[in-house]
Amino acid sequence: MRTAGIDIGSITAKAAIVEDGKILGTKIIFTGYNAEAAGLKVYEDLLSESGLTTSSVSKIVSTGYGRNSVKFSDKTFTEIMAHAAGAYFLNSKIRTIIDIGGQDSKAMALDERGKVKNFVMNDKCAAGTGRFLEVMARALEVNLDEFGAMSLQSKQPSKISSLCTVFAESEVISLIARGEKRQDIIAGIHESIAARVSSMLARVGVSEPVMITGGVARNAGVVDALTRKLGVKIAVSSYAQVNGAIGAAVLASSL
Amino acid sequence: MNSSNSDFLKTLGIYLFGQAKKFSLRFKKAPTMKELMMVYYSEAKSAKLTGKKVAWITSGGPVEPLIAMDIIPIYPENHGAMIGASKMGAGLCEKAEAMGYSNDLCSYARSDIACATVNGGPIGGLPRPDMLVCCNNICGTVLKWYEVQARYFNVPLFILDTPFCHTGYSEEAARYVRAQIDEYILFIEETCKKKYDFERLRQVGHLSYEGQQLWQAVLDTAAHRPAPMSAFDAFYHLALIVTLRGTKEAVNYYQQLLSTMKDRVARGISVVPNEKYRLLWDNIPIWPRTRWLSQKFASHNACLVADTYTSAWCGAMKYIDESKFLDSMAEAYTRIYLNIGVDEMAKMVIEMIDKYDVDGFVLHSNRSCKPYSFGQLDIQRIVEKERGIPCLMIEADMVDDRSFSESQISTRIDAFMEIIKERKKI
Repeated sequence: MRTAGIDIGSITAKAAIVEDGKILGTKIIFTGYNAEAAGLKVYEDLLSESGLTTSSVSKIVSTGYGRNSVKFSDKTFTEIMAHAAGAYFLNSKIRTIIDIGGQDSKAMALDERGKVKNFVMNDKCAAGTGRFLEVMARALEVNLDEFGAMSLQSKQPSKISSLCTVFAESEVISLIARGEKRQDIIAGIHESIAARVSSMLARVGVSEPVMITGGVARNAGVVDALTRKLGVKIAVSSYAQVNGAIGAAVLASSL
Repeated sequence: MNSSNSDFLKTLGIYLFGQAKKFSLRFKKAPTMKELMMVYYSEAKSAKLTGKKVAWITSGGPVEPLIAMDIIPIYPENHGAMIGASKMGAGLCEKAEAMGYSNDLCSYARSDIACATVNGGPIGGLPRPDMLVCCNNICGTVLKWYEVQARYFNVPLFILDTPFCHTGYSEEAARYVRAQIDEYILFIEETCKKKYDFERLRQVGHLSYEGQQLWQAVLDTAAHRPAPMSAFDAFYHLALIVTLRGTKEAVNYYQQLLSTMKDRVARGISVVPNEKYRLLWDNIPIWPRTRWLSQKFASHNACLVADTYTSAWCGAMKYIDESKFLDSMAEAYTRIYLNIGVDEMAKMVIEMIDKYDVDGFVLHSNRSCKPYSFGQLDIQRIVEKERGIPCLMIEADMVDDRSFSESQISTRIDAFMEIIKERKKI
């Protein structure tokens, strides 16, 4: 059975097609201001890139913030369910998921069947999310993709004490003014994210193996800071950013 | 026409309207909540005309001694809830912030303080108080809040200090609170310049107890499957047990409501059309969003069958002994839900989980209400351990809708319901 998953996040829209336990293809585009159009576009692009037709896909599930804007999906699930299904599909041993997306971060505890036992989401504040990193990248005039590698060079991460994105930005600006090294500031930013995410994880309880999903998983600096903070190994899949879409496709196969 | 004349005419208008309404209600079988509240506020607003005194009192304060002396009690917190429900909270909170109050301060306090200066809000401000009665059994904020208002209106303030009861109720605490009740009676006598009427207090105490029993009985009907009413209905019907506790009106109203609910139970009428999942709510409602939340849960066939908030006005009933009303009242007011230890609170939550047979626990982490929200995580953990049901924490505020993030809360509720549905499948 061939199924598709569409994950409309606050920054990017993702699509994945899955068939009999295999991933046929994935696609990521920017969501922009029109979530409905982004959902359609990412799906159509993926179909044409994979040489597939609409009729060859039997079921579609949408997820993410824009899940209800995807009019052509058969069912919607929250990204919490989708990430759990995706992680279980990629590695059925995973018991804890850290998902850091564009505007929220969450921690999920899974049971042995891959079902969500409990979850915690960040509150209204966007600190410790992808959007937070984007704001910091702008303040530091560094391409976000270089954040990971740069922070790994740091020997002495700066202290970022503020939890608020806006205040943290002014804190970063004052660190720049004080002449602190860029890599130290970036490493400090990553540590502040790790601190925030670990307190969420403490609420659901950490049980190994732990996997990180969502766009921020691409940032090796955040993963490194989290690994040190939690003292556990964190699995990063090459599909981390599209994990929600994969999970949605997996959920579609059991409709 | 000068302004004092126009004020007089306005008050007279309000008074006549209230009297006419009251008269018309005599011929009606069961007045509605709206009508009763209308009469209540118009009587309070025209108190100057009728020579009655008005006392502002905290929601958990002992109101019976006031009612027995014909003093009209006014609840700034009930007013805060009305402000929140009419979505006027953010505007008044902004006004208070412009006056210099921090946005970390309770939104009931902020909206009340702001409202007093502009006579705004859904009913054009509260009637001016002749005295203030503040009981700190619900929180510490009320102390400063009432001091601010006492200065603003230049009226006497009585503070009833109820020590926190981690577990039991000590001999010392009992003596300490009881002594203050005597001071309270003296305060009322001095402010009203009248001898206290203890016989009338006995009658009011009886009505208060009867009202609380009826309110508990109304809430109990939701233990039935399917529930004839939800916590959202309780949030609405609560107003009288708060404001008119100790009066015949409240007793009559809840007698009528109880028979309506019993009738619904007998006929199997449920408030949520296809009730499949039953939930327990913790903390003060998110007043500007009760309708949205009620529809959101109903869309998942979930009914909030009980809550820790509305039951707080009858939760300490077990301590009341009508034959020793003043002594037992002191204990009952001291041992309310917000003035006991976390373990005791968790015990009450677990009793409710069992009694109402719920599938999940929704906790509103209320930015405004620190004593209610502090300790919620521990209560959640105790519930998860003892009963193993899914728990959901949502961050918002009871009045200030600037603290409500719809899409985030929507996702959390959807995910929470997905977990509950998955569990119920097994």
